[in-house]
Amino acid sequence: MTVSIIGARLIDPVSGLDQLTDLHLENGKVLAIGAAPVGFTAAQHIDAQGLIAAPGLVDLNVSLREPGYSRKGTIATETRAAAAGGVTSLCCPPLTRPILDTSAVAELILDRAREAGHCKVFPVGALSKGLEGEQLAELVALRDVGCVAFGNGLNSFNNTRTLCRALEYAATFDLTVVFNSQDRDLAAGGLAHEGPIASFLGLAGVPETAETVALARDLLLVEQSGVRAHFSQLTTARGAEMIAQAQARGLPVTADVALYQLILTDEALTGFSSLYHVLPPLRTAKDRDGLRAAVKAGVIQAISSHHQPHERDAKQAPFGATEPGISSVELLLPLALTLVEEGVVDLPTLLARLTTGPAQALRLPAGELKVGGPADVVLFDLNATTLAGEHWHSRGQNSPFMSHCLPGAVRYTLVDGKVSHRA
Amino acid sequence: MTPTDPKRPLQLNDQGQLRHFLSLDGLPRELLTEILDTADSFLEVGARAVKKVPLLRGKTVCNVFFENSTRTRTTFELAAQRLSADVITLNVSTSSTSKGETLFDTLRNLEAMAADMFVVRHADSGAAHYIAEHVSPEVAVINGGDGRHAHPTQGMLDMLTIRRHKGGFENLSVAIVGDILHSRVARSNMIALKTLGCRDIRVIGPKTLLPVGVEQYGVTVYTDLAKGLKDVDVVIMLRLQRERMQGGLLPSEGEFYRLFGLTTQRLALAKPDAIVMHPGPINRGVEIESAVADGAQSVILNQVTYGIAVRMAVLSMAMSGQAAQRQIEQESFQ
Repeated sequence: MTVSIIGARLIDPVSGLDQLTDLHLENGKVLAIGAAPVGFTAAQHIDAQGLIAAPGLVDLNVSLREPGYSRKGTIATETRAAAAGGVTSLCCPPLTRPILDTSAVAELILDRAREAGHCKVFPVGALSKGLEGEQLAELVALRDVGCVAFGNGLNSFNNTRTLCRALEYAATFDLTVVFNSQDRDLAAGGLAHEGPIASFLGLAGVPETAETVALARDLLLVEQSGVRAHFSQLTTARGAEMIAQAQARGLPVTADVALYQLILTDEALTGFSSLYHVLPPLRTAKDRDGLRAAVKAGVIQAISSHHQPHERDAKQAPFGATEPGISSVELLLPLALTLVEEGVVDLPTLLARLTTGPAQALRLPAGELKVGGPADVVLFDLNATTLAGEHWHSRGQNSPFMSHCLPGAVRYTLVDGKVSHRA
Repeated sequence: MTPTDPKRPLQLNDQGQLRHFLSLDGLPRELLTEILDTADSFLEVGARAVKKVPLLRGKTVCNVFFENSTRTRTTFELAAQRLSADVITLNVSTSSTSKGETLFDTLRNLEAMAADMFVVRHADSGAAHYIAEHVSPEVAVINGGDGRHAHPTQGMLDMLTIRRHKGGFENLSVAIVGDILHSRVARSNMIALKTLGCRDIRVIGPKTLLPVGVEQYGVTVYTDLAKGLKDVDVVIMLRLQRERMQGGLLPSEGEFYRLFGLTTQRLALAKPDAIVMHPGPINRGVEIESAVADGAQSVILNQVTYGIAVRMAVLSMAMSGQAAQRQIEQESFQ
């Protein structure tokens, strides 16, 4: 299979390339950038004039819901949705049923993802069996079948000693641990950011300290154990500051943020729409601004969708009785482009946070366009718009951005040189 | 179905009249005053030998209580009956939901019985909003209490009590004492008092029972009962739930009473003609001393009587607001 993409503005955050050029793909790899090699004629030509070509997006947190929750989404539907959002590589969290704590579950996910063929899937395995925080999962066996990192979701360990050992064990084999730092007790029962808005609405609060207290502990344990660590789903400005301080003292930790946390605040909860029910919760405008600054500065090097599709019934109840989460991967690129439109970051920086940033955080073979590298490409039109929901592949319709007109439109997504999405 | 204008408050019709009664937030002062005036006129109905007016004749009011209640439920029933409506009351906490039926399906079923109005109490904050957004547009929804969020008829009956005993709101000092954090009554009262022009609203309680950012309601926070009660005209005591002793909110009922219980001695710090209110049911010896609850300054039982009148006012106003909305829509359709 050979493809030539002609006349695109090619932006590669790793090499810093930003120019009008051609891209030639062969056997799933990038064959050449610029002029085609002598004698090369592609089977498929894509006229990319007016389009931007960038490395396919890398999303560190996309719940595929399979196995176990296929009424919410399947590997086929959610990876298809991801391709529509410009994503070529994604990580899925271990929150499946059964939990992704055995090789069998990991293999099942990888098999189905390959079969669907829309996206490369890199599972994040459970750090502890059943995510219960008591016994370690077989981390090395999981690594050997393809798990790229290990996490415990929002289920924090009951026993700090056990967590400490889990980190030491992971460090022994140079495995990456993904933290979703949240103190279980401080967050218990909470529905919204603890602040005036939650108070006014009578919703139980999740204080800022639910994140920062756990983060402080986790950072110290990372430092002590020397484990390779990634902090996922930061929600507070204070948390981002703590990551920056840790990085400044030489701790090689990375971090990501959910895209919707860079856009929405807890003010959206007025009116009690369950579409804004997410955990950890939407925070204040000050937190959003702090997270934006951390993204700009590179303290937070990855923006992820934190995609959580739900069936309709899961959101069909009063706020507190609904399930948290936003179906978000399908709009990843256009929604992220609102940050450029608003002047939060420039386009190359945004693309870096959506490609090489996440890829480097979890050491994924993705996120850059270089000769010999994987031919994972997104082509998008910066001057067109996307009407959210006009086409929809995810099984989850739970997006508060439905029917919003968003900047930019994904035209092609190519995975290993094959078109996985075309609009 | 007509698309709802997102800028128009859910509970008002196109002419700014009440069509649902979900929360006091966003309701203008004139509307609250209209509710009080209407309730005043209904108080006379309660004093007559024949206690009925035909305003809701032929209408069906459905009380749906997902949470236990005696006072609120009974006074809503009486209010609807005095307006000549047909009334059914469902204690859903003990029926459908235990069989796994969702709130959504319960309401769809009630709608199918052609109820014109739902009075709803539910343990989730925002439940009344959810219901108002999902019932068919001609049904009026009255919030009988949702989680910690709002209890607007209680708020208005408290305002009626204050107005009838104190004449107005502007020059009053009002203290709300106790568990503000978990109280929908306190939230509705704070909003109502502010809207009606009360300039000195005080909330008194330990920090564990005060919501974060309570100042946004335009209130002054006191953690010392003696200081907070000084020269107030109205004392609103809140019920302290037994389960608050768990999880470190309070050490004991005894310590709470020692610090925040309303005794004769402490009431003496307020103005001599101060009134004492309580939404009930009261916990004697926990938040209030019997001598105060039963004393000359207590208006706790008057509140119950006023509650019927206020609920009559709200039911009749919401029903006519709905009718007016139907007419507006029909006319614009023709």
